[in-house]
Amino acid sequence: MITLTAIDQIAEHYDIAVVGAGPTGLAAAARAAELGLSVLLADENPSPGGQIYRAITTTPVTQRGVLGEDYWKGGALVDRLWPTNTAYAPGCTVWSVAPDEVGGFELGLSLGGQARLVATDQVILATGAQERPFPIPGWTLPGVMTAGAAQIALKASGLVPSGRTVIAGCGPLLYLLAGQLAAAGANIVAVLDTMPRRNWLSALAALPDFLRSPYLAKGLKLMAAARGKLPFRTGVTALAAEGSGKVTGVSVTRGGRTKTIACDALLLHQGVIPGINLSNAAGCAQHFDHVQLCWTPTVDDWFASSIPGIAIAGDGAGIGGAESAALRGELASLDAARRFGRLTPVQRDEMAGPTRIALARSLRGRRFLDLLYRPAGAFLAPPADETIVCRCEEVTAGQIRDTASRLGVTGPNQMKAFLRCGMGPCQGRLCGPTVVELIAQAHGLSPTEVGYYRLRPPVKPITLAELAALPPTEAAVKAVVR
Amino acid sequence: MHELKAAEALGFTFDGRALTARTGDTVAAALLANGVQACRQTPVSGAARGPYCMMGVCFECLVVIDGVGNRQGCLVPLRDGMRIETQTGRRHPDGAKS
Ligand code: FES
Repeated sequence: MITLTAIDQIAEHYDIAVVGAGPTGLAAAARAAELGLSVLLADENPSPGGQIYRAITTTPVTQRGVLGEDYWKGGALVDRLWPTNTAYAPGCTVWSVAPDEVGGFELGLSLGGQARLVATDQVILATGAQERPFPIPGWTLPGVMTAGAAQIALKASGLVPSGRTVIAGCGPLLYLLAGQLAAAGANIVAVLDTMPRRNWLSALAALPDFLRSPYLAKGLKLMAAARGKLPFRTGVTALAAEGSGKVTGVSVTRGGRTKTIACDALLLHQGVIPGINLSNAAGCAQHFDHVQLCWTPTVDDWFASSIPGIAIAGDGAGIGGAESAALRGELASLDAARRFGRLTPVQRDEMAGPTRIALARSLRGRRFLDLLYRPAGAFLAPPADETIVCRCEEVTAGQIRDTASRLGVTGPNQMKAFLRCGMGPCQGRLCGPTVVELIAQAHGLSPTEVGYYRLRPPVKPITLAELAALPPTEAAVKAVVR
Repeated sequence: MHELKAAEALGFTFDGRALTARTGDTVAAALLANGVQACRQTPVSGAARGPYCMMGVCFECLVVIDGVGNRQGCLVPLRDGMRIETQTGRRHPDGAKS
């Protein structure tokens, strides 16, 4: 592995570009390089591992028990990459993927404040997941963060929230984080569980598979560890962060009664969803997954997207967890090698055999978790009108509902034109799913019927200075004219 | 937030205040480690905001670093002597503050 620290160290052309150095990207890059392809592994973060194995090579947390054994598995993925000649570019943002004139792709890259366009024959997007938006009144107050953010601060910097900490929401990460923060000495005054109890009914059918899955033992251990020690409150139906200028408390509704818990930090989590901005802007087809309740790129068995030459693997193509992510990256690379003619279809299938078996095993039981931890409707489409939905442009749920019903707006792109929601720097990452849900509710439509934001490159804002330095190619021109 | 364990420290300033943080921290983590929860004011209402996702998704961690605005603090590694300032007003491509 060669680490590139400046943009001019990146070559003009690669056989394959892998975007994201989490488990998927690390496995995909390693496999492709082992098969003799020239690989660029571009990642926005300062060090490899993605979010799940965040700072695996640099973490200041030395007590292994704090982060748990699963975390330390990430080291093996990085170790596999070392002997290969993968070009690894940390701190490198990929802001555009567009077809070039010779059947490959042109990547728009930015590193250290400078932009470049680089050619590649194939692309594997391994951009992973982001946390599902959790719009409640006051969620924009400083001191309110995602549970994942607290976990990243712990892994990467050894930071623990100071003062009284409340963790709220639902999903396995909630328990994992509660356990990790408790082990690290945080003062957790409440864990507020928003999981609707009736979820058990729909999840029950998927229980047998879960009972045979690797999740079971792990999950039970987590629960037992967290539940025993921490102040859990189940059946939470409404939440609001309180404070002015920063969070000072959280109002909690349970069984029809509301009370306020004073706190200095509020950590929110209701599952993760694929990060789709890059694939969407590249024009890859996507659909709404009605089980996982999220927009998901449409891919085949080899994680090939609707655009030949672009594969999307890992959680970015549907949530499957860290173990499945690495396996999916592996499969995507085998198929990329087949496209190059390095492997015959038969060789590819043979090599994929054990990986496919492991993948099926790693995904067993996932459906049960998906159904059990489906967020309640009130946390997907906030009932309180004053709730900010688009954090960037400060557009509220009330404004969106009103515009949908009074002006007959039936799609998120039209909504954008009226209210500017999704026009800020996050480009809809934190409002898209909620805006769709609110429009769907207002008109009695499904998210599929409502559709999602149509995104354009650059998927991350880049500066005029960066753009000015680019040769005037088609992608660059498109990037400016938006 | 506070650190589990002290390590080699880097010096930097936030709005003129001299602070230190651990080598290897991002700018956003360095601010949190010093108890700084708010790092920008929104261009729309001027409300205070601070890091929310720590993974490059939300853009709530935008700050001005060494005179260049709109930097995502959670993605930029802290360097010794960095001058970090609260991001206020409209986004400017060249980072000039309004
Ligand atoms: S904290 Fe969300 S982008 Fe930095």
